[in-house]
Amino acid sequence: MKAEILQRLLAARRAKASCALVTRLADGGQSLVAGGDSAGDLALTPAHLEEIAARVVADSSGPLDLDASLFVRVYAQPSRLLVVGAVHITQCLAPMADMAGFEVTVIDPRRAFANADRFPDVALSGEWPDEAMARLVPDGQTAVVTLTHDPKLDDPALVAALASPAFYIGALGSRRTHAKRTARLIEQGVGEEQIARIHAPVGLDLGGRSPAEIAVAALAQIIQVKHRHDL
Amino acid sequence: MAVEADEIFDRIRLWQQAGKGVALATVVRTWGSSPRPAGSHLAVDETGAFFGSVSGGCIEGAVIGEAKEAIADGKPRLLEFGVSDEQAWEVGLACGGKVEVYVERVE
Repeated sequence: MKAEILQRLLAARRAKASCALVTRLADGGQSLVAGGDSAGDLALTPAHLEEIAARVVADSSGPLDLDASLFVRVYAQPSRLLVVGAVHITQCLAPMADMAGFEVTVIDPRRAFANADRFPDVALSGEWPDEAMARLVPDGQTAVVTLTHDPKLDDPALVAALASPAFYIGALGSRRTHAKRTARLIEQGVGEEQIARIHAPVGLDLGGRSPAEIAVAALAQIIQVKHRHDL
Repeated sequence: MAVEADEIFDRIRLWQQAGKGVALATVVRTWGSSPRPAGSHLAVDETGAFFGSVSGGCIEGAVIGEAKEAIADGKPRLLEFGVSDEQAWEVGLACGGKVEVYVERVE
């Protein structure tokens, strides 16, 4: 490993940025990929960089699927989960996601909902969702879930999430609710191909209806999207 | 895994600052049930001091030897360790797995 590559790797870690070290095993040629840029010996194609980005989201080190002579070592920061709505489902989802390794932030400007009694040991933001999203800047390792059922809170969060590279965006609500939501978002100028990124109704179809069951379904889908980029 | 990587690179920096040659060994690929996943690191200095792990302890001795040679000659190495079920008991790895480990000098 050249000193320059080591310095770049250490700088990325100091900046709390995820990065990936790619090594050509035959001769030791290396490049460091951070923030979509690569520096080093290897000529990585856009397809390589796309797979490497997905590997970073999944925190999955190993030979590249595209070219097994290249080994990628992922140095991933923890994935984040931003939950809009400090509701009953969130009281289940936040601790579950924490256990699964996510850094969780719950966003809700309603004090009666977002308070430490209801959410012990959870990072809470009392900001309006659009302000919170502007501050927290969802990146490619961030999942965003809206659970308030209130368009005043959910919609601005979704607009901000859709403008970001968040790897997962989910919204609570029935198909009918989502159809109305889609109409509102189109009215606000969001493109239909962007709206298609929203997982709604949120979560895998496990059939459960209780808050804990819906939390499990949502978290399961987030984990699936995180790891199964083949789906 | 993130915290562990920080510890590995902190140790590499300490050794380098002390003027020591350093090598990094990384699990590249595993087959069957091996104890450490791809990406696991073992840092080695020129005296054979080591930090981290690439297995449950059974191949570390061999990897450290190769790492010292890599520090000396600067050439990266790709090592393969296969462990049959019978041998596994002898070397203390009861998995019958196979691992590939990449060893490189850190400049």
